[in-house]
Amino acid sequence: METLKTTSLLHEHERLGARMAPFGGWIMPIQYDGILAEHRRCRESAALFDTCHMGRFLFAGDIAASGIERLFSFRLETIAVGRCRYGFLLNEQGGILDDLTVYRLAADRLMMVVNAGPEKKDFAAIQAGLGGNPLFEDLTGHAGKLDLQGPHSRDVLAELAGDEVKDIPFFGFRRMTILGAEAIVSRTGYTGELGYEIYLGDDRVVDLWRLLLKDGRIAPAGLGARDLLRLEMGYSLYGNDLDETTTPLEAGLDRFVDLTKDFRGKDALIRQQTEGMSRVRTAFRVSSRRSPRHGYQILCRGETVGTVTSGAFSPMLGCGIGLGYVSPDCSQTGTHLEIRHEEISLEATVVELPFYRDGTLRR
Amino acid sequence: MDTYYTREHEWIRINGTSGFVGITGYAAEQLGDITFVELPKVGREVRQGEILCTIESVKAASDIYAPLSGTVMEVNAALDSAPEIVNRSPDEEGWLVRMEITEPEGLKSLLTRGEYDDYVRVLP
Repeated sequence: METLKTTSLLHEHERLGARMAPFGGWIMPIQYDGILAEHRRCRESAALFDTCHMGRFLFAGDIAASGIERLFSFRLETIAVGRCRYGFLLNEQGGILDDLTVYRLAADRLMMVVNAGPEKKDFAAIQAGLGGNPLFEDLTGHAGKLDLQGPHSRDVLAELAGDEVKDIPFFGFRRMTILGAEAIVSRTGYTGELGYEIYLGDDRVVDLWRLLLKDGRIAPAGLGARDLLRLEMGYSLYGNDLDETTTPLEAGLDRFVDLTKDFRGKDALIRQQTEGMSRVRTAFRVSSRRSPRHGYQILCRGETVGTVTSGAFSPMLGCGIGLGYVSPDCSQTGTHLEIRHEEISLEATVVELPFYRDGTLRR
Repeated sequence: MDTYYTREHEWIRINGTSGFVGITGYAAEQLGDITFVELPKVGREVRQGEILCTIESVKAASDIYAPLSGTVMEVNAALDSAPEIVNRSPDEEGWLVRMEITEPEGLKSLLTRGEYDDYVRVLP
């Protein structure tokens, strides 16, 4: 058993009275004041998350000559410098090794941000596929990252780093000076609100964290609120909703797969497209405040047709919501489902994503 | 009126032959934000230690056990629409049920306030 890693912010979390728990090989804050209060803070004002645990790789070299393009479900070549793109690393069977975001730092430089947990596996898979002699480095654990998310995040950052923040487009980034040091600020996130991910030197993270929390508009939020926020948007969580046995087509994430390019797993995806899928990701709303939970059975017309992969009580909708995989004939919007676990039986209806539609994501 | 506690963190406040039942502040704190309380039907008979109701928090669903054997006389209907009352006031407003106690001898296995506080103090 590997010992759990800690981010540079461990003492800050302890000082704030956070409840800590293991996540993806790290000991991370789950909540400070309470998950619902932190969730509300993010939707209404701004929340600050420690995301130093996320994996980060750096590639420098000739993209075309290195063969790196073949490892990704989406095109790297066409990402403009200053933009980022979301997609997948797949295995030969089309199963998802990880979902990640790639930043085009320069014509010959890429930064990859992956999930905590699969990062070693990801790094090995990419490295094994590289030809030529590009630089490929794992910066995980040596690079700081904070997520500032919420309707007030833009104003806060503009006051701190300059009005240039206001020009960053959705899924774009800028190099900026924060606390006298270089940082990368991208307009991305995992909450459905207007928000930014800030990449900076590990030695600056504590200072920035403290500085941001002095602002009355901002409060810290843990992984509990983060999970609730992402689920209300229908964003998948790797390890819950996505894994090596699940393809992007089954997960309904076709738009992050470019079948006009060659990549590992493409043949399997095309085969699946032709032959049809036995299960597809489905979003459903429960008729009460009860939460569906990971592992609960999904029934349709009295028969078990799948399993819940994520579920929670949604504060914004005031009812239980969930994601799961079911046979395609039970996945049409409006279909009635039953969610069952031991004596628990919940009535649910298939809905379209996102669950929550009033976020400030594109504001 | 005397209040007794279980090692599963329920309390029962006894008044004559009936008692109000709830969960302790410690339990409410551990559960985190409560989002749903599934209350039993009035008239239901429960045995001491049997599942009385279920409380869901943002983190998990937890069973609440009957501190004594008895019959459910009344449930706290306010919790249907505002389960967060249990977080705010676990000892008072956030009571779950009122039950008629059929076997008061079950009290022997419950804890006094002092015993419960000592018990909680050594929990991990």
